[in-house]
Amino acid sequence: MKKSIILAGVGGQGAILTAKILINGVMQKGYDVKMSEVHGMSQRGGSVSTQVHFGDKVYAPVIGKGEADILVAFEKMEAVRYAEFLKPEGIAVINDYAMESAATAAGLCEYPEGCLEAMQENFNCLVLNAYDIAMQLGNPKCMNVVLFGAMTHPLGLDDIDWESVIRETVPEKFVELNLRAYRAGREAVL
Amino acid sequence: MKVLMSGNEAIARGAYEAGVKVCSAYPGTPSTEIFEELPKYKEAVYCEWAPNEKVAVEVAYGASVAGVRSLSAMKHVGLNVAADPLFTAAYDGVTGGFVIVTADDPSMHSSQNEQDNRHYARAAKVAVVEPSDSQECKDFMREAYKISEQFDMPVLFRTTTRVSHSKSLVELGEREEIAPVPYKRNIRKNVCTPANAYMNHPKVEANLKALEEYNNTCPLNRLEKGDGEIGVITASIAYQYAKEVFPEGTSFLKLGLTNPLPMKLIREFAQSVKTLYVIEELDGFMEEQIKAAGIPCIGKEKVSNMYELNPQRLRQMLFGTEPEIKELSVKAVARPPALCPGCPHRGFFYTIGKHKDAIVTGDIGCYTLGAAAPLSALDTVVCMGGGFSVGAGIAKTMEILGEKKKVFGVVGDSTFFHSGLTGATEIIYNKANVIPVVLDNHITGMTGHQDNPGTGYTLQGEVAEAVAIEKVLEAIGYKKVFIVDPQDLKAMEEAIQGAIDSTEPAAIIARRPCLLIKRMKHEITKCVVDEQKCIGCKMCQRVGCPALSIVNKKSRIDPTQCVGCTVCAQVCPVGAISRKEK
Repeated sequence: MKKSIILAGVGGQGAILTAKILINGVMQKGYDVKMSEVHGMSQRGGSVSTQVHFGDKVYAPVIGKGEADILVAFEKMEAVRYAEFLKPEGIAVINDYAMESAATAAGLCEYPEGCLEAMQENFNCLVLNAYDIAMQLGNPKCMNVVLFGAMTHPLGLDDIDWESVIRETVPEKFVELNLRAYRAGREAVL
Repeated sequence: MKVLMSGNEAIARGAYEAGVKVCSAYPGTPSTEIFEELPKYKEAVYCEWAPNEKVAVEVAYGASVAGVRSLSAMKHVGLNVAADPLFTAAYDGVTGGFVIVTADDPSMHSSQNEQDNRHYARAAKVAVVEPSDSQECKDFMREAYKISEQFDMPVLFRTTTRVSHSKSLVELGEREEIAPVPYKRNIRKNVCTPANAYMNHPKVEANLKALEEYNNTCPLNRLEKGDGEIGVITASIAYQYAKEVFPEGTSFLKLGLTNPLPMKLIREFAQSVKTLYVIEELDGFMEEQIKAAGIPCIGKEKVSNMYELNPQRLRQMLFGTEPEIKELSVKAVARPPALCPGCPHRGFFYTIGKHKDAIVTGDIGCYTLGAAAPLSALDTVVCMGGGFSVGAGIAKTMEILGEKKKVFGVVGDSTFFHSGLTGATEIIYNKANVIPVVLDNHITGMTGHQDNPGTGYTLQGEVAEAVAIEKVLEAIGYKKVFIVDPQDLKAMEEAIQGAIDSTEPAAIIARRPCLLIKRMKHEITKCVVDEQKCIGCKMCQRVGCPALSIVNKKSRIDPTQCVGCTVCAQVCPVGAISRKEK
């Protein structure tokens, strides 16, 4: 068994915490795991990806084109950008949420129309508005854990007690918020 | 119990376990987190940020001379700065073990070039150790110190972005305390007069020869025997990719000590397989030497010497396997990095951008983003410190050619201490027509907020003397130093104009702390657009703020991103943007 997951978004959206919860869960099951992330210049409002590769034995910490089983897009244009990394039969979990890029905000180009539809034409997609859900829960920052909740469906590791993994992973004062975010994310794509 | 660690965390742990006592570095992606981890071990290990990589290597080398194990670390281009002490430390040799981590950045995720620093090892005649995952990052450190001491040489410990920043499982060990070598003066060894250097060179060659012999049985190398059809010689992260790509039954010679190469071991391995591949990221460093030794192999004729590899790229280049990709009808537009909302650099770049005849020579840091559209306010960025001195060269040339152009040389506070001092001196000494500008945001920003000589704190969290940039500039000879808040656009313009008009040498310090500095209290509010007043002229978009956009021909400010810096409000010609007080 081997699974490759790409978390794609905009620097500062919290993909690394999402990856951490995932990794802590699969580590408890005794899987070998590798994760890769980028630091430095690309983090400043740029497009970023965090990659997780786990299984009985894994070597590469990065995932190439057409190799990911699951793409979790924290922003819908980023889903389009990273779509080429998804296997044809892969599943995309997409946050129906748009963020201007420095280029679109400066009026240098237009934010593309139809990102979601293009993804749905080509891939099996789970779509949710994690931003609205997180706002309803009172804190937009928990958007990442809402997305994690949705991701647990295609992940299919149902014997992992994700609620206890979240308890152990996030800071104590945010445990309740993140548990609610996880549950809301799971329900949103049922 | 195994723990998940990045390569950088594991290197810090490895240094701790190897009994290292003194560590000095300058931050640089992808090496920075090694030293951010070290204060965890401060009961046993002294660590510091030095003003630049050359100083860091000299400090760490001094500790080796004084008899303890020491560490320095830097990004690949940092070693260009530190090359001088490295090459001579290689001749003098070490007392305590001395390891320098060089973290290369294939694909230039956060760098200005993708140089392959293994070449330094050959040029400086030192060992290079290359780990391929976090466990090896930790374990190889201990071996690197043994090699350094046994063969009397500094050891380069070379990672790449994916080795440094990937996380994998690590089994921890215990710290080994190493007794310091009692200090005594040794002029023959430690003073590099020509006569001593002359005598040292044969020693260096002999040590390298002995190290090559040792490398044939070195525990850092691993032989994985297959069926004898295909053999792969590889090292570093390329090993992990090759393992995913080559078929079952492939033999691997995975090297951990890649300079000097173990030619006897390589020759035996080559003879044990029918087809030999050499798989490495960036240059054909091993391959060229293997081919020069008369051993046929396949390498760079198939595998590119550009950009980082991954299993899919490797499969495609070696076997022509095209990835299965679905073409989408929609294309994503660029999402380049940008100055953050509220970044103090924005006010300077917006203002200097209005001086169309000015040449602005920039430098390495967050403010490199001043080159990004729509600000597009930089003419050059070359290297740390180049902001002042490249500007001096342009100014001299303009003067010789009779062109009336004003040059502004721009560096950050950390870069000023790193290598701006010499450029600032050049400008005064040789009367270059350059106005040096220090964008002082009180932190080393781009690498993730490290302290520097101007911040008043050390890496170990102690209060330090904050070196005053204005006093340094005054001491060099700048008669007028304009200190200005760059977020006040009017004051910023007055400072620029004042410096241009000054008959005496003038400099500018644009001073405002980065909003992301955690230990400071920041006044965060929001700006709002009055849609009735907004005429949709898009002037505000020219400041290049990610929080701003135009929706239905009106300016819109994203409240989740805006911090209320008011730079956009100051450029609005009709006063449609205002700050909402809390």
